[in-house]
Amino acid sequence: MAKKESTFLNMVLTLIIVAAAASFTLATVYNLTKEPIERAREAARQEAIGLVLPEFDELRSMRLMPITGSDSLEFNLAFRDGDFVGVAVATYTRMGYSGLIRAMVGFTPEGEIIDVVPLQHAETPGLGDKIEKGKSDWSDQFRGFDPGVQVLKVRPDGGDVDNITAATITARAYADAIDRAFQTFKAHHSDIINKENE
Amino acid sequence: MGQLKNFTKGFVKDNPVFVLLLGLCPALGVTTSAFNGLGMGLATTFVLVSSNIVVSIIKNQIPSKVRIPSYIVVIASFVTITDLVMEAYLPALFESLGLFIPLIVVNCLVMGRAEAFASKNNTWHSIVDGMGMGLGFAFALTVLGGLREILGAGEIFGWSVFAGDGMLVFVLAPGAFIGLGYLVALNNIVKKKMES
Amino acid sequence: MEYIIIIIGAVFVNNIVLAQFLGICPYLGVSAKVSTSIGMSGAVMFVMTLATLVTFLIFNFILVPFNIEYLQTISYILVVASLVQMVEIILKKVSPALYQALGIFLPLIVTNCAILGVTILAVREDYGFNLLEGVVFAIGHALGFALTIILFAGIREHLELMDVPKGMRGAPAALVVAGILALAFMGFANLV
Repeated sequence: MAKKESTFLNMVLTLIIVAAAASFTLATVYNLTKEPIERAREAARQEAIGLVLPEFDELRSMRLMPITGSDSLEFNLAFRDGDFVGVAVATYTRMGYSGLIRAMVGFTPEGEIIDVVPLQHAETPGLGDKIEKGKSDWSDQFRGFDPGVQVLKVRPDGGDVDNITAATITARAYADAIDRAFQTFKAHHSDIINKENE
Repeated sequence: MGQLKNFTKGFVKDNPVFVLLLGLCPALGVTTSAFNGLGMGLATTFVLVSSNIVVSIIKNQIPSKVRIPSYIVVIASFVTITDLVMEAYLPALFESLGLFIPLIVVNCLVMGRAEAFASKNNTWHSIVDGMGMGLGFAFALTVLGGLREILGAGEIFGWSVFAGDGMLVFVLAPGAFIGLGYLVALNNIVKKKMES
Repeated sequence: MEYIIIIIGAVFVNNIVLAQFLGICPYLGVSAKVSTSIGMSGAVMFVMTLATLVTFLIFNFILVPFNIEYLQTISYILVVASLVQMVEIILKKVSPALYQALGIFLPLIVTNCAILGVTILAVREDYGFNLLEGVVFAIGHALGFALTIILFAGIREHLELMDVPKGMRGAPAALVVAGILALAFMGFANLV
């Protein structure tokens, strides 16, 4: 069968049909995958929250602006039998070795850290990725860390956070992210109380 | 050519990465581990085979002057489908491969096979060609990923090969270039031996 | 000042070729001579900046408002391909001399993953660029590409005269050199 002639009409028609077919197919696939994508994202978020908080049966979320940084932080207040048991804050820092690091920090109602897990990062495998629980127990030092009395900076910067050898930049950035969460927690304490009593 | 030859040429003789030097960006960018390399290789194979199929079916309906834009739309559509499906069902791999998933559309391998083969051959041959080149590509990426993972982290597919730290440079950018350089040289030697 | 930081970041810290692995195909294919490298860099600068400008507008004024971000890949690559076609046609008419210099590189640019890569990066949510910052970002990366490819070509021209082991000649040696360059550029990490 010979190829179709490249007349103007043929070309335009072909392009329109191809574009229409593609758009239709993609819109369909998009609609089919929209929910699974949402579910996957929500599952990841719920998992992270579960890792940094004690048991809870109710979650109330709100967004609060930090003092530094342009994006708001998501605060997830957790309740068990109606009692406020803690808040999981999705925080971030742009100071990572490879830029953005996102983390989930769990605080007790008094502002002590329960635990921290990274949500997203592109830090160096073997060095900066020690912020991950599976790669190293470096981040276990944050369990029970009280930013009210201890300083959320790495030791070389005069703080109480142990450094990661050869990955100071990552460690410093991670501390920055946690500090951002804590400072926002402190600054918006009244907003949190209000949400608590809703 | 016989279909067996058509299929196997993609592994050593005409390996897209080691011989034709196509698709180097993902080859270097995602091969921090054997698993990532394999994942990218299979995703690319899916796009390659799917677009080969569609192109070989519609090839006679497309006026010659608009074939490149049409092929681009076909390939880009399959890339977007791969992107969406991965985000929904393989979130961990989706995160690791990141930017390189949409970049499959500019992988010269995919457009190259559509233009050079699928537009001139029947559907069955195009499928075989797509699978052969795609799996050859996946093979190259898995080998490079495995090499970098073993030397850099002492693991392969996440299983520990030796204790202690590896040579970090291999998981980083320089290691990708250097590792690939030596693998290309190695493939050349193997190829020469096979031909003699 | 912000713009200088964007440019330094793009050229040295996050170099598009040596750190982000984009644009490798033309990097290896065209860098055998310094003169062709300069030609390719010019073409890349042209297309990358223009493409980023157009795709940025399309993303923020069409794709996002209508909730069709999933059409990003397909619309972007069509923009790049059409842009290259247009540039070729216009260049031929307007400046035959420039067309002679850049012409052959233009079709190769469509599959230059650096172009598509930069256009996608420029609209990344966590960068938060406005239009001008996005364009400066593109210019910065084009400069980074130019720097590395010309540097590389200079080294390769010398390499041609050396006695390289037979199995390593050509692509293997070039890749190892690129690796060493990448190692050098790692020294710029965290400059900004």
